[in-house]
Amino acid sequence: MSLIEKYGAEIESILARYPQKRSAVLPLLFIAQDEYGYLTDAAMREVADLLDMPPTDVFEVAGFYSLLYTQPVGRWVLQVCDDVPCAFCGAEDLIATLQEKLGIPVDQTTPDGMFTLQRVKCLADCDHAPVLQANLEYYHDLTTPEKVEAVLAELRQRAESGEKLSISGRYADR
Amino acid sequence: MSPLAEHIVLRDLDIENIADFDVYLQHGGYEAFRTAVTERTPADIVQMVKDSGLRGRGGAGFPTGVKWGFLPKGVYPRYLLCNCDESEPGTFNNHQIIDRNPHQLIEGIAISAYAIEANLAYIYIRGEFAAAARRLERAIAQAYARGFLGRNIFGKGYDLDIYVHRGAGAYICGEETALMESLEGKIGQPRLRPPFPAVSGLYGKPTIINNVETLTNVPMIVRHGAAWYRRFGTEKSPGTKVFSVSGHVKRPGNYEAPLGIPLRELIFSPDYCQGMRSNRNVKIIVPGGASAGWLTADDLDVTLDYEALAAKGSMLGSGGVIVLDESVSAVEVAYKMDEFFKHESCGKCTPCREGTYFLVKVLHRIMHGHGRREDIPLLHDVYNQMAGNCFCLLGESAVVPIRSALRLFPHEFEQAIAQAGNGHRKAHAVSVR
Ligand SMILES: Cc1cc2nc3c(=O)[nH]c(=O)nc-3n(C[C@H](O)[C@H](O)[C@H](O)COP(=O)(O)O)c2cc1C
Ligand code: SF4
Ligand code: FES
Repeated sequence: MSLIEKYGAEIESILARYPQKRSAVLPLLFIAQDEYGYLTDAAMREVADLLDMPPTDVFEVAGFYSLLYTQPVGRWVLQVCDDVPCAFCGAEDLIATLQEKLGIPVDQTTPDGMFTLQRVKCLADCDHAPVLQANLEYYHDLTTPEKVEAVLAELRQRAESGEKLSISGRYADR
Repeated sequence: MSPLAEHIVLRDLDIENIADFDVYLQHGGYEAFRTAVTERTPADIVQMVKDSGLRGRGGAGFPTGVKWGFLPKGVYPRYLLCNCDESEPGTFNNHQIIDRNPHQLIEGIAISAYAIEANLAYIYIRGEFAAAARRLERAIAQAYARGFLGRNIFGKGYDLDIYVHRGAGAYICGEETALMESLEGKIGQPRLRPPFPAVSGLYGKPTIINNVETLTNVPMIVRHGAAWYRRFGTEKSPGTKVFSVSGHVKRPGNYEAPLGIPLRELIFSPDYCQGMRSNRNVKIIVPGGASAGWLTADDLDVTLDYEALAAKGSMLGSGGVIVLDESVSAVEVAYKMDEFFKHESCGKCTPCREGTYFLVKVLHRIMHGHGRREDIPLLHDVYNQMAGNCFCLLGESAVVPIRSALRLFPHEFEQAIAQAGNGHRKAHAVSVR
């Protein structure tokens, strides 16, 4: 089913916000990557069609923004802040713990397709360092391996419970 | 507890649950907007904000009412943009304003839109603030349901729509013209100025852009008047500022304090951060986000206002105060900060794109025990070639950490280089990709 068939009402309400159609490119790419798991070539062309944009313009946009994924990612994208001040408040320990518990280095996805691990810049939550986002939801004050273990268990449980997940953070609540 | 008897922005400290719409209304919420629309002209509101002396909280500190006055007469439509890209390292007050007092921000947008005669406003919010974007959308829906937004507001024929627009991960989109490009569906690269946004901004129309904290001040100014507002802060920097304090202090967090508060008080007072974690000494203070010049323990008596910090070669910037203790290496801090700017460089101009690449490359090898004797002059050379030559302030900001570090801690660079290859290199707090 195409995006417009499945999300027609949502897409119409997004388009109605802007005097020019292409302003909707980011929100539509967010929907597309949730639907297809990442921004496939076909997904980007579909968005280009909906917005009367040249596909190359959509490719360029998708390549520019860090929250648009043009490669496959896991069901949970874990983004750990490694910026200052977090870098001096435990971020590297957090990354090391995650690499060990997930068994993957940064920029990789676990073999079961559950988690992708990435480093990102300041998440504007520095008073709770070290910080990560899972599908753009905050998990912070992750100062011990036990806390990290608990977060991973919670995320696995949420995925397995059938909760609708959004790598674009469309249902983020925290 | 905050020593402020009354808060202007973080009013959740005075009124429990002010984030709840009904509580906000019970405490006079939207009365300032009602007064503006029913009893005042747009020009009255612009004058009031001018008189208050409110200055932009997004970084540049430009007087808000003066900026509003730059709109060309008689040209419509006009747009209002609320800048909630908040990606400057160490800055997290916009984020918490949305959590703690969202309706006052929306009322501030409504009043400001009325003042500049705009019928359409967008809140450009960084994509990472996904939950905050939903919270804002709910708050906006509540305002529509009460008739505070939409058509013919308060029966006075004024129409206003507010929409939330999520970015998708790019610090540069906080720069006002890059933000407009991004909102137009393009990659976020800054535009040449002039023309300035007030003349030709979003979709080529007159546009005013203000920061979240700036706009959140507006309802209180309209409600209590410019003279009341000027009771806070200093003559040239009136009002309060929400300082985001992070790093090695005992109690990091957001503190709303009058502009002009001494840095020492913010860090050491029991009312604020309660001193340093583990009682170590202060080494580096970056008072206005990563783009601000560094201060040291010698500067603790500086006051936090636009003028005093500029006089110190730094800036108030976003109000993100990063405090680092003597456990950190200045070389590493400079490396991490310039790595940020390299990562976020939009690639449009050569001095920034190439300059940040070289800064990071040289800092990386110094940190890892491969520094060369010529590296210190090389670093000076690279940032000097960048300074004044970048297309926008991001590239200019990238000069700040390395220049600060070399000026304040030259011996740390010399030592790291002298020990290169000796196997003496120190363990690093930060690892490198
Ligand atoms: C690289 C760069 C990033 C910026 N990021 C932000 C930001 O996240 N939020 C913000 O309000 N202003 C940011 N600014 C400043 C804006 O360009 C602009 O001055 C500001 O939004 C104006 O609002 P104000 O007058 O209320 O401060 C940034 C500027 C630059 C150069
Ligand atoms: S200074 Fe940097 S961020 Fe600004 S336009 Fe040049 S490359 Fe882009
Ligand atoms: S540096 Fe990590 S959230 Fe700001």
